[in-house]
Amino acid sequence: MASKQNEKKLNSWLKFSSTRNFYPLADKMIPWFMGLAIVLTLIGLYMTFFVVPPDYQQGNSYRIMYIHVPAAWMSMLIYLLMALYAGIYFVLNVKLADMMAGGLAITGAIFTVIALWTGSMWGKPTWGTWWVWDARLTSELLLLFLYLGYISLRAAIDDPNRAAKASGLLALVGVVNVPIIYFSVTWWNTLHQGASITTNKTSMATEMFITLLVMVFAFWMYTIAIVLMRVRNEIIERERDTSWLVEELGKEK
Amino acid sequence: MFSVINLMVRRDILLAVRRPQDVMTSLFFFIIVVSLFPLGVSPEMEVLRSIGPGVIWVAALLATMLSLGRLFSDDYQDGTLEQLILSPQPLALVVLSKVAAHWLLTGLPLVILTPLLGLLLGLNGDEIQILTLTLLLGTPVLILIGSIGAALTLGVRGGGVLISLLILPLFVPVLIFGTGAVSSMNAGLGVEAHFSLLGAFLVLSLLLTPWASAAALKISME
Repeated sequence: MASKQNEKKLNSWLKFSSTRNFYPLADKMIPWFMGLAIVLTLIGLYMTFFVVPPDYQQGNSYRIMYIHVPAAWMSMLIYLLMALYAGIYFVLNVKLADMMAGGLAITGAIFTVIALWTGSMWGKPTWGTWWVWDARLTSELLLLFLYLGYISLRAAIDDPNRAAKASGLLALVGVVNVPIIYFSVTWWNTLHQGASITTNKTSMATEMFITLLVMVFAFWMYTIAIVLMRVRNEIIERERDTSWLVEELGKEK
Repeated sequence: MFSVINLMVRRDILLAVRRPQDVMTSLFFFIIVVSLFPLGVSPEMEVLRSIGPGVIWVAALLATMLSLGRLFSDDYQDGTLEQLILSPQPLALVVLSKVAAHWLLTGLPLVILTPLLGLLLGLNGDEIQILTLTLLLGTPVLILIGSIGAALTLGVRGGGVLISLLILPLFVPVLIFGTGAVSSMNAGLGVEAHFSLLGAFLVLSLLLTPWASAAALKISME
């Protein structure tokens, strides 16, 4: 009895793994996530500029952290998420999982660029230099290269099935290597004894923490919305000859 | 099992011996890149000595990457690869033998040339010895990791440039510990840790990469 119910539950979820059922769902979800993203960003930015006090050491320049930190977090999380979807694609052979992975890669790369860019804008007034070969900066840069490799491999292969499998394999190989790269870069930095930077870990004030949290949620909502939009476009492109899509698009007009 | 490896390695070496220019190109590339650095940076022996290990490692990395394009492409073009995939032998084993032959043809000559290039860059005897040993351990890892990229980019347009984008970030740990050994020895810290880690990379990639490359080859041949 219970197993039958579970099976039913599973089936009702798996229903959305087909592009045909997912498309209308994505259509409904996008405005909500995008709306939330906009509202949360506005609240977060307001708090960043008007609510949180200036840092007692860094003054106002630290405020860019409220964009930098969430972007850096997202850039790493998205890579894991992308590899997870690649794994799902390999195990269950669900086309949608591959589309999700492909959509996530672009957003991940953008967040990596934002993290690097805002980081160097913060570094100039604080450390007096745009760039240092610090372990964290270097591994973030390598993460960007991994994203770019993934995106270019996808773009270079015309057949969508082969592109999906090849890039999925690359994502899985990459995710095995990410910890190795991270630890070797950390060790390399301690060996070289270059410009050693210690971020002073003073306990964060409550309002600073809340602001950061709001921005993190805003970035999450944006990621979900934009990835759904990319997946929706991908579905339209790949299934443009199917009758259900023509019907679906007709409804929208 | 060993007869397959034996047969594949001998076949690949024979093919390369009949057409030696392929192997020689990446070797000369290695030498030329290293000899450009004194011209580009400075002929001062002190400067060259400090950057020497890094220069040789980066040049070896680039030379390996350049030669990776040929790892599967000849067999792919004349249809041998398809037969190899269809054969009852495990594909991972075939990949492993191809990698072994490729290392003997392009990796080992790099290692043998390293002492000579080390002398050109003013490294002393101990440094040259350590550097050569790190390359001996490191070059097979480069080719093993690179075989995944070579398999993924088979028949893809712009494959040559693409493979560098896919593979170079994954080479970073090997580069770090390869060059790190020399500077660590100069700092009086001992080199065992570096060699242990390079050895660990070698064992790990020997175990895992042939499977990944075999999967990638199957994807590319579909």
